[in-house]
Amino acid sequence: MKFDTPATTNPIDQLKVIGKPTDRIDGPLKTTGTAPYAYERHDVVQNQAYGYMVGSAIAKGRIASIDVKAAKAAPGVLAIVTADNAGKLAKGSFNTAKLLGGPDIEHYHQAIAVVVAETFEQARTAANLVRIDYVPTKGVFELAAAKDSAKAPEANAFSGPPDTAAGDFAGAFAAAPVQLDAVYTTPDHAHVMMEPHASIAAWNGDKLTIWTSNQMIAWGVGDVAKTLGIPVENVRLDSPFIGGGFGGKLFVRSDALLAALGARAAGRPVKVALPRPLMINNTTHRPATIQRIRIGAARDGKITAIGHETWSGDLPGGGAELAANQTRLLYAGANRMTATRLAVLDLPEGNAMRAPGEAPGMMALEIAMDEMAEKLGLDPIEFRALNDTQVDPEHPERPFSQRQLVECMRIGAERFGWSKRNPKPGSVREGRWFVGTGVAAAFRNNLLTKSAARVRLDGRGTVTVETDMTDIGTGTYTIIGQTAAEMMGVPLEKVVVRLGDSSFPVSAGSGGQWGANNSTAGVYAACVKLREAVAQKLGFNSEEAVFADASVRAGNRSVPLAEAARDKEIIAEDAIEYGDLDKKYQQSTFGAHFVEVGVDVATAEVRLRRMLAVCAAGRILNPKSARSQVIGAMTMGAGAALMEELAVDKRLGFFVNHDLAGYEVPVHADIPHQDVIFLEETDPISSPMKAKGVGELGICGVGAAVANAIYNATGVRVRDYPITLDKLLTELPQTG
Amino acid sequence: MPSSSDFTRRDVLIVGAASVVATAAPNIAHGQVPASAAPIIAGAPVMSKVSLNVNGGIREVELDMRATLLDALRENLQLTGTKKGCDHGQCGACTVIVNGRRINSCLTLAVMHQGETITTIEGLGTPDNLHPMQAAFIKHDGYQCGYCTPGQICSAVAMLEEIKAGIPSHVSTDLTSAPQDTNEEYRERMSGNICRCGAYSNIVEAITEVAEGRA
Repeated sequence: MKFDTPATTNPIDQLKVIGKPTDRIDGPLKTTGTAPYAYERHDVVQNQAYGYMVGSAIAKGRIASIDVKAAKAAPGVLAIVTADNAGKLAKGSFNTAKLLGGPDIEHYHQAIAVVVAETFEQARTAANLVRIDYVPTKGVFELAAAKDSAKAPEANAFSGPPDTAAGDFAGAFAAAPVQLDAVYTTPDHAHVMMEPHASIAAWNGDKLTIWTSNQMIAWGVGDVAKTLGIPVENVRLDSPFIGGGFGGKLFVRSDALLAALGARAAGRPVKVALPRPLMINNTTHRPATIQRIRIGAARDGKITAIGHETWSGDLPGGGAELAANQTRLLYAGANRMTATRLAVLDLPEGNAMRAPGEAPGMMALEIAMDEMAEKLGLDPIEFRALNDTQVDPEHPERPFSQRQLVECMRIGAERFGWSKRNPKPGSVREGRWFVGTGVAAAFRNNLLTKSAARVRLDGRGTVTVETDMTDIGTGTYTIIGQTAAEMMGVPLEKVVVRLGDSSFPVSAGSGGQWGANNSTAGVYAACVKLREAVAQKLGFNSEEAVFADASVRAGNRSVPLAEAARDKEIIAEDAIEYGDLDKKYQQSTFGAHFVEVGVDVATAEVRLRRMLAVCAAGRILNPKSARSQVIGAMTMGAGAALMEELAVDKRLGFFVNHDLAGYEVPVHADIPHQDVIFLEETDPISSPMKAKGVGELGICGVGAAVANAIYNATGVRVRDYPITLDKLLTELPQTG
Repeated sequence: MPSSSDFTRRDVLIVGAASVVATAAPNIAHGQVPASAAPIIAGAPVMSKVSLNVNGGIREVELDMRATLLDALRENLQLTGTKKGCDHGQCGACTVIVNGRRINSCLTLAVMHQGETITTIEGLGTPDNLHPMQAAFIKHDGYQCGYCTPGQICSAVAMLEEIKAGIPSHVSTDLTSAPQDTNEEYRERMSGNICRCGAYSNIVEAITEVAEGRA
């Protein structure tokens, strides 16, 4: 189905199932420990052996020699695979560094061997006996030091050009009566999803099956095939449950490759999970940024010039963190520029993490907006409202499909009690706490991408949906079930949803908050075909047929839906494909974050007291799971604001705090009750579902709302995240 | 991994702890092992039989002495509801209830639990017969990816019992009077169970409902 004109009224608009807060259909499995995650699939293949990864102990250089004699002689060892005996391996299209290193080493904890043994304990012990002599070479590990060597990266499908400009930024900024010119930094962040990357691999002749934990099944199939040099038809991936991804499982990682290589060498199925202490340096992370923001405004608060430059680093051939992109679209201003620069660093691979670009970009831009509002003597909400735009500021002929940023701000302000805020920093004290509130905009683009599904109707009236779409905690099982139920006129209980198997039609996958809208639109397309087939089978005109109450009816005639498949299952398959509506219109999602903090007057410890997000993101397919997406993103954003930072060892070139004790993330005690409001919105320009993404919107801006609340509480402006107490302590107001 | 051919003291400790690979590391003979240590013989791993009372049934299992309770559950007994998130006691995904108290099953060896009573998530309820805490997690959407969820639920069930038993926490204001069922107590006591999806706000609502007997 080609979607190239805005949607009109369609069966989804009935909202009998869609739009209702609905318990997850996979909830009974997840809460009873019966949802099968990758490493746990004892039932899929017999005789599984255990693989254990060996990671490089240097960041850059080469392996002089590997001695596997002791490891090989250890009890239970079945095989050891290194680059020496792995055969020819290519690098996946989505990988920057090789998944199996050696003799050249590209980053610390790059996988250099897998040891396969009968048991986990034997494999782990033997892995510790692999002896490696390295020849380290000098690497570059510090972004600030490498910044001046950074270059404009090549544009790719997601990035846009590295330099953008409209009007005369330099002239307008110089002439502006009120100016801000400030530098902000964000550190490297780790996904640290709860389920470590894990795979079971089994060969059947030249056919390979990998039961794994992966967000993007078709990308994974392609890269497994490319890496191993085998045809894509010979690779099957299956990933029905994914214990968190956040971008860290967009790509095939070393667990899958090592399991495949180990299984080939051992001649039997092998399973590999990345040990937690190796994950952070072995896999990908969100790269650190240095961002310079300049804003010039007239005294009335209208922005006349806005510029955002960003620097990040990655391995050779890698990509930039696109932290300036939202600044092209978020606020008005005739004179504007952005610049994205990329330095070469020899740290582990930088790549996408939840809302790549906007998450760190909004952390900086929305502090800058707060600072500018203060310089202008304006309320931060009024300043943003003054500079709202309903069109792409670089291309004014191109409107936003929907843009309710100011409504989000106003409704949030009322709900949060913003009018009671004391704008003077450091002026509210409650017992041992300085108290402050902050606001920030939320912004994230809505991306459209082809997505296919297959639907089956059987003789009991059950509708089964099959698509290689994944549910990474996003609630995908449920919204896909709701979509099929709405389209076919059956209760949700009559829908079976099967996901994550590469033998199913190729979906959008989970990433970039594009999963919900695109994958359900693909199911919509397949259901339209199924409705036509059913109508034809039952002798209805498909234009007139109404699918409701598990029946099909037109005029006075009504036939049970199941009747259509009494003799034979009916199968329909289709994909949603998009025209140029995303070129004609800018499609984005918007929100407003409100945060109240307490800062301890003596220790500068920051405690979150209240959090509210107001979101305008198209039709909300399942308000219950969508709300969870937003509060989860707010929690991750709170972590970025207050604690998350991969500490770089600048001599040896690795992330020092590479486990869940060293890399601190929010825990229960850190997070108060969170409120979320979704504005009524449908976006017919986005898809037949009239929905957009929401899973990443919630992390965009929330860190800055925390930072702005801390400033309001204390008068201390911290521009280097995370805002730990050492950065506040010496500057706190005197108390007495 | 060691990067030179000389064994360090740490290597010896690692190898010594493994206890079955001495012939692969001949340097150990150089007087670095306590004289009282028994001779270490290469070959099969040291196996042990252990009997565990798991979810109401006695389970006999022969396993490697090095196997954690977590791996015994997941790999030997194939009770995979208990999750391995970090294997280092940092995340709480492996929480099970042993003799009525919640523990991190990754931080304890299976052989240390001979005869003990272990409740895992599978023992609390099933999809057709949910425990009230499981039902409350579904109702309040107290999970997303689901991987920390069994640990959160086991932890929550045992945590409410700890409050009932009068065990104080870091945030209890008075050590001599009974701790209360408050949001602050729940959040403090549940902080050993990380949820990277960030379902905390909903989890605490689920726990509150169960504690108030509404579930």
